[in-house]
Amino acid sequence: MSAVAGSHPEILSRLRESVADLCLRQAQAVPFGVAGIDGRLADGGLDGAALHEIAPAAPSLNDEAAATLFAAGIVARLAVAAGSRVLWVASRFDLYAPGLEQAGLPPGRVIFAEGRDDREVLALMEDGLRHAGLAAVIGEVRRADMTASRRLQLAADAGKTPALLARRWRRQGTCPLSELSAATTRWRIACAPSAPLPAPGVGRARWAVELVRQRGGNPFSLTVEACDDTGCLALPADAAHRAAAAVGAGARAA
Amino acid sequence: MLPTERLRRLEPARAQPEPRAAPSLPVDDDPGACSVPRGGHWRPGARWARSDRAAGDRAAVAAGAAALPLHQQPTMRELGRRSEAAEHPFKGRAHAPLAAPAAPLPIAPAAAPLILAAPVGNRQLIAAACPAALALGLAPGMAVTQARALVPGLDIRPADPAADRAVLDRLALHAVRHWTPTAAVSGDDGIWLDLTGVAHLHGGEERFCRRVIGLCRRLRLTARIAVAGTPGAAHALARFGGQPVVRIAGGKEAQALSPLPLASLRVPPDILSAASRFGLERVGDLLPMPRGPLARRLGLPALRRLDQALGRVAEPIVPVVPEEVPVATLRLLEPIGTAEAIEQVIRDLLALLVEQLREGGAGARALVLALERVDGSEQRLPIGTSRATRDAAHLARLFHLRIERIDPGSGIETMRLAATRTEPLGATALGTTLAGDDGPADLSTLVDQLAGRAGAEALFTVGAVESDVPERATARHGPLDAPPGWPAWTRPVRLLRRPEPLSNVLALLPDQPPRRFTWRGQAHAVVAGDGPERIHGEWWRRDGEVWAVRDYFRVEDDSGARFWLFRRGDGVDAATGDLSWYMHGMFG
Repeated sequence: MSAVAGSHPEILSRLRESVADLCLRQAQAVPFGVAGIDGRLADGGLDGAALHEIAPAAPSLNDEAAATLFAAGIVARLAVAAGSRVLWVASRFDLYAPGLEQAGLPPGRVIFAEGRDDREVLALMEDGLRHAGLAAVIGEVRRADMTASRRLQLAADAGKTPALLARRWRRQGTCPLSELSAATTRWRIACAPSAPLPAPGVGRARWAVELVRQRGGNPFSLTVEACDDTGCLALPADAAHRAAAAVGAGARAA
Repeated sequence: MLPTERLRRLEPARAQPEPRAAPSLPVDDDPGACSVPRGGHWRPGARWARSDRAAGDRAAVAAGAAALPLHQQPTMRELGRRSEAAEHPFKGRAHAPLAAPAAPLPIAPAAAPLILAAPVGNRQLIAAACPAALALGLAPGMAVTQARALVPGLDIRPADPAADRAVLDRLALHAVRHWTPTAAVSGDDGIWLDLTGVAHLHGGEERFCRRVIGLCRRLRLTARIAVAGTPGAAHALARFGGQPVVRIAGGKEAQALSPLPLASLRVPPDILSAASRFGLERVGDLLPMPRGPLARRLGLPALRRLDQALGRVAEPIVPVVPEEVPVATLRLLEPIGTAEAIEQVIRDLLALLVEQLREGGAGARALVLALERVDGSEQRLPIGTSRATRDAAHLARLFHLRIERIDPGSGIETMRLAATRTEPLGATALGTTLAGDDGPADLSTLVDQLAGRAGAEALFTVGAVESDVPERATARHGPLDAPPGWPAWTRPVRLLRRPEPLSNVLALLPDQPPRRFTWRGQAHAVVAGDGPERIHGEWWRRDGEVWAVRDYFRVEDDSGARFWLFRRGDGVDAATGDLSWYMHGMFG
């Protein structure tokens, strides 16, 4: 809101604009399809024209893989909804594309780009966001300060394209999410033990998902079942029965 | 002959071993140093026993043997020196090499006679025949069934006139670019070159003919050339002259053509048959005849062909025009050096170039901007696009990314923009956009932009390769491709570059996942595991993989981390692997 107060009709029109903006943001939000998450996000889903940060909870390759799959599931659903492609920018390409396909991202839906360093990765992401023809843009970086995330946020808003920043650990003991950022939501993902099966074998993977910060809402944390081959998450069966209690626990954890 | 030679060019030179002449060993007729001659009779003073002749022969044989390559040199025994012990034929021989060394020279293939069949109505007729087939009596126009009955083992292939024509077109284009500005394809098997005023550039007509024949020989084509004052005469002499190079002076056409058959005049077959009824066989038969009755009997076309061949009627050659590269050039009044000015000039150049491209119905795939500086040096700035485009704004954006690489020096005075690679590009339909229903946006502009920033090889998609070995199952494709996916075996999302060995592995053989393992110095206790998924080595790639087996397991440790491990070997047969364990990837 601007500090200069005008006459009545001016104020009214400004208010109408902001309400329309809010409605637009809610309309372009991308829901997870899981009531336990969507209900606690301010826009009822991820804002479709904003920056979101996803980081592994620990500097282990497993948590990085979980964070990657979490992001892959989101963009897979976006790509299917938009009927377009996703740009995936990394500085060191160690993704295994068959694994991504099992999260719902077939080869025809992703364009990979390899930047020489974090700066180039961010520049490539910005170009992709401003083009406005992509379903989403993902970048893997180690270092992204306030300026970089602000630029990405503006580019995402200009191109009406969601941007996902997959952070990687730079050094032991410093969580990448401890840096300041202009991201709308910041997530922290960790592997969680899967539910034991009655027979020998590994059950559906589970993640401990923690929303560290969101604009206009409260943080929360909960355990979800990993995305399936369409990129959809699910709540564990036992937690689904206790949805009301989980909300309270999440609010306390925040 | 061109169609058959074109096909022969396509097939690789078949390396057939040349029938090698056996090393000519000296006949063991010479008694040499043997004290008792053949037959045992001793006759002093006999001619064969004279020492000088025997010594000369022996020296000649020894010299001949020494001149042979080492492996062909006859042994002592073969040279007739029986005092030496003969070598055992199978003793101490090196084994023959497994792969014979490649033949150093391409050997002309001794292939079966080749004919090309083309359907005429309901019948298959010979359209062309190679020299070997012609020598066997097969001629174009004969029925293929008859040829097959005459010559067993005949190589019969379908004729492809379009491909023959393409070869000729390319040759004519080469001629226009390198030899003479006026060149055209003539008939199904020839090229007209107008040498007027250009022969001296190639060192005279004779030298030029030699060079053309040499070029065609390198292309594995047989060329016959005639140089004459009129196209008609050259056409006739090249096809019916009977020599590889025929050159006649101007005004001697009538003399040179008179012994040739009438068919050399490019007249249709009905006129030929009419002429044969009148007893006119050769061109020379037409020359003394009055023109009026000749025209009445054979028709005007025959007369016109004759006049064209003799130079009485002009016959211009319609030359092949090579397509030109669209170029826009701007010479600047004053040298420029600032980025803004350069960008403005680039925009002006693009406007000019796009106009040319639109007229030609083409889109640019590669552009080169050449900047000439005041000091005379030239700088070149190439860009490429992933799809043909003539969108000036898009191209300007691509150049904008590269402007910082321009070094203006003391100023740029000429800028030239050329579309070095173009593709046909029609008009774009705007219908869907006008209706407000945009399809998926065109990503090619984005790909160009990103490639301009990070390099063309930095953008890719990853598609499947038909291999079960995980490291080999992926391959990079172009950024706008949609390659096929993989089968639905569970695969991790991150794969280690190289599998890392595990230590302290505790597992039940043969097919249980490990109970615990240590990786990167950290111990993991496994609570659940899936597997094994057995992947066999690809024996066709390496000898080491013939028996190799990897058993992959998906395990979860007590902290919830999920890994992809494998064991080398199936746990039963020692040849399949040494039972060592490796970490290969991480599931989320």
